[in-house]
Amino acid sequence: MPAPDQHRLIFAHIDEPGYSHDLACYQKHGGYAVMKRAFARKPEELIDEVKRSGLRGRGGAGFPCGVKWSLVDRKSGKPIYLIVNADESEPGTFKDRYIIHQDPHQLLEGTLIACFANNVKQAYIYIRGEMPLGARILEKAIAEARAANLVGPNILGTSYSCEIYVHRGAGAYICGEETGLIESLEGKRANPRIKPPYFPAVLGLYQCPTIVNNVETLCHVKHIADMGGEAYTKIGTPNNTGTRIFCVSGHVQRPGYYEFEAGKITLGQLLYEVCGGPLPGRAFKAVIPGGSSAKILRFGERFKGKRKVGAELVDYDWGVEDVPMDFDSLGMIGTMGGSGGVIVMDDSVNMVEALANINAFYAHESCGQCTPCREGSLWMKKITTRMVHGTARAEDAALLKSVADQIPGRTICAFGEACSWPTQSFLAKFGDEFKNYSETKQGSPAPATLI
Amino acid sequence: MNLQPTTLQKIDEVITHYPVKRSATLPLLHLVQEDLGWISPEAMEWIAAKLELQPINIYEVVTFYPMFRQKPIGRRHIKVCRTLSCALTGGYKVCAEFQKQFGSQPGAVSADGEVTIDFVECLASCGTGPVVMIDDDLHVKVDLARAQQLSAQIKAGAKARSTP
Ligand SMILES: Cc1cc2nc3c(=O)[nH]c(=O)nc-3n(C[C@H](O)[C@H](O)[C@H](O)COP(=O)(O)O)c2cc1C
Ligand code: SF4
Ligand code: FES
Repeated sequence: MPAPDQHRLIFAHIDEPGYSHDLACYQKHGGYAVMKRAFARKPEELIDEVKRSGLRGRGGAGFPCGVKWSLVDRKSGKPIYLIVNADESEPGTFKDRYIIHQDPHQLLEGTLIACFANNVKQAYIYIRGEMPLGARILEKAIAEARAANLVGPNILGTSYSCEIYVHRGAGAYICGEETGLIESLEGKRANPRIKPPYFPAVLGLYQCPTIVNNVETLCHVKHIADMGGEAYTKIGTPNNTGTRIFCVSGHVQRPGYYEFEAGKITLGQLLYEVCGGPLPGRAFKAVIPGGSSAKILRFGERFKGKRKVGAELVDYDWGVEDVPMDFDSLGMIGTMGGSGGVIVMDDSVNMVEALANINAFYAHESCGQCTPCREGSLWMKKITTRMVHGTARAEDAALLKSVADQIPGRTICAFGEACSWPTQSFLAKFGDEFKNYSETKQGSPAPATLI
Repeated sequence: MNLQPTTLQKIDEVITHYPVKRSATLPLLHLVQEDLGWISPEAMEWIAAKLELQPINIYEVVTFYPMFRQKPIGRRHIKVCRTLSCALTGGYKVCAEFQKQFGSQPGAVSADGEVTIDFVECLASCGTGPVVMIDDDLHVKVDLARAQQLSAQIKAGAKARSTP
């Protein structure tokens, strides 16, 4: 079956010749009209539209946005904050970059609608430190919007006021985790907080109720406010509504960002047709479908089980190529849609080297609060590094697994899971490459230059 | 502490963005580092006083975030992405090429004081790997030829300055 066409909702104007990031251009394309209409409605109605839309967060966990908003403590009398998570730190993910750099007003409009719906008077955009240009573009966009009475006091002559400020991170991955982000915004080390009691919806920024949403999620909010929650559910598939942006990197002919209706394209269509297949003379070996912490898939493996289609349970028997790209299908086969970062590896890759690369990332980025995560991520790095450097020991594969198995569920934040899943899944899927490494000490094939 | 008047102005402005002064820690560190090039012990004390905090509160932040530096770096800062997608497309070779071009190791200032090369984690542009940031500018699809070209530009800039 041929791949469907892209459905560009969020990326409608990305890379469009002549489309610029200034307010005049955005307004020429109908910008802020949706917000104007939204501000004439009751905030509760807007929350209902988002609930009805089934929108799931695009930051990684896929948590329903409407549900998140309904958990906000509105009785405390404390101000409610909204934080735009623009940390974009999950390796393999690069979608928010283009929204921020090319269409910042779309993000501001979505953010303002979300703020109005939730009675938020102060929002912060937390952008990763490595995007200085993005921070300047956002600051300029906010200044333009303020001058046009779209941000600040009495927006568009209404009684509603809302401020937005940009806050820059400084190179730490853990600032993407929402409670680490909040600590960082408070001017501290980004040490994630224990939930309970520190659910942001109740005790977030400055111990006030706080909503943290991903950049892309908030852009979807704008389109939901525009077309209505019901109409939005017509895009995508049940429980996986709307579009998804896939960021494809690694060994394909045409890496890049592609926006499709969620669940309407398979991984095979995406990689072979849309991205042009493997590099000349190569074959696909493995793919990580949702950011570097998602569990890896091995080409050639099969997944069988029963799944719900409408009200019925039907059998499925999928190869990696057949998996529909949505949260639920990827979850069913033991991995996740995560942040939409699809990292592709071909048969030139030595899986021990690839894992060593990932493990070095997590060891570097652990915040260090929890012993299993801090020590475990370091040991996993040390073991895979020594394997790569030719001093593997016979017990290494088993040792790696045992370290990885002792981390998840024993840590403050989901980084514990995130750092153990690569090791667990690489060993489960490519155990053969790890097992006898000490004897075979495979050298890496020529083009692989990982470590 | 010799901060430029515009930096001081920005510092006073950014503090007003937050209901709690401490929140301005990262913005102040960025502003000071942009102005002076690095964060000295004196700068940490100054920021602490400005935000009514203890110096340790600033020090613990500086040591946590990779972008804050406790010593000066070269005039140009070359950051090569080390993470998987870039590594798969040749990031390690690119980093080695920059090291060769300037004769310096990651993290160290080159002998002539011109550059510091850092091998950093994912820069969120994985689809265009290998990527390199030079100062504030992102360079995409940097293969060996492009790395050599970029190095030549940096060297030409240095030469232009030394021969007025
Ligand atoms: C280790 C870790 C890193 C994360 N990094 C990011 C990130 O870079 N960007 C992001 O939007 N969410 C990230 N998240 C998810 C956030 O914690 C949070 O769930 C998300 O911002 C919520 O927004 P959403 O509901 O709109 O997806 C991360 C989570 C974890 C555990
Ligand atoms: S799991 Fe890791 S990153 Fe998360 S709080 Fe614990 S040590 Fe920090
Ligand atoms: S892996 Fe290099 S930019 Fe993400």
